[in-house]
Amino acid sequence: MKKNEINNFRIGDEIPNFHIKPISRSMLTLYATASGDHNPIHIDSDYAKKSGLPDVIAHGMLIMSFLGQTITNIFPQGSIKKFDSKFLAMTNINDCLTCKGKIINIELKDSLKRFSLKLLVIDSSGKKKLSGSAIVELKLNEKNK
Amino acid sequence: MLDRSLIGKTYPECFFLVNKKRLIAFAKATQQSDPIYFDEDIAKKDGHPSILAPLTFLTTTRYEQEKPYQYLDDLGISLGRILHAKQEYTNYESIYAGDELRMDSKIGDIYDKKDGMLEFVSFISNYKNQKNVLVAESVSTLVLRNNEKK
Repeated sequence: MKKNEINNFRIGDEIPNFHIKPISRSMLTLYATASGDHNPIHIDSDYAKKSGLPDVIAHGMLIMSFLGQTITNIFPQGSIKKFDSKFLAMTNINDCLTCKGKIINIELKDSLKRFSLKLLVIDSSGKKKLSGSAIVELKLNEKNK
Repeated sequence: MLDRSLIGKTYPECFFLVNKKRLIAFAKATQQSDPIYFDEDIAKKDGHPSILAPLTFLTTTRYEQEKPYQYLDDLGISLGRILHAKQEYTNYESIYAGDELRMDSKIGDIYDKKDGMLEFVSFISNYKNQKNVLVAESVSTLVLRNNEKK
């Protein structure tokens, strides 16, 4: 499935959106435990309020991991050579986020097909939360497993 | 203003074992749907030596250190004053359960914007595996707001 999709991509095409479930406290607690990032700003409402926030905020790296899945849903992970993101705005509890990706360049280099992707995470009102980019390199004739 | 003479300061090498349980927990917490991230049998059938570490997994290595933010202490920055501005990964080889990683880190750059109101610190980490092969580079950039007093 992935292979056909990849071969059909043209510059300017969007890859399928990835919808994140509404951000919940339990998601943040689970991520804090699994990642080791126990910064209380993500798990303790009292601490967050003392820090001047309305409530706890999501870990930026959790949102980046969702953005990563937007790419790995299409491309094999081993082909993703670069992946970066800028954290533009805080993500709050109950935010409904959508991850988007667009192919902005495709070049053939030696035996490689190199895709440049522009990435974005927005909330339901269209506010930008993360922006990013990725470079994907597939060997031509490779079985895209 | 932050002490620019600390640009290039290196930190002692750290070792990490990519623990299978840890990978599975991370895959669950980040809601990975592809079983190559949590089911060893399926990962092997798909041609991988073991469970594959997701794209952002290296972020967990920071928190395994005794002092994850030693470089912020060295710069005199308290954790409450910073935000994660940017994260970049360059991937050379895949990382799997059972890998033993060695991390070398340094302060990559310190620069400011908006007449010094915003200062940025980038921290570069290189990861090699048990075969001494460079597997990834991480550049983590934090922003410090000098106009907010805390």
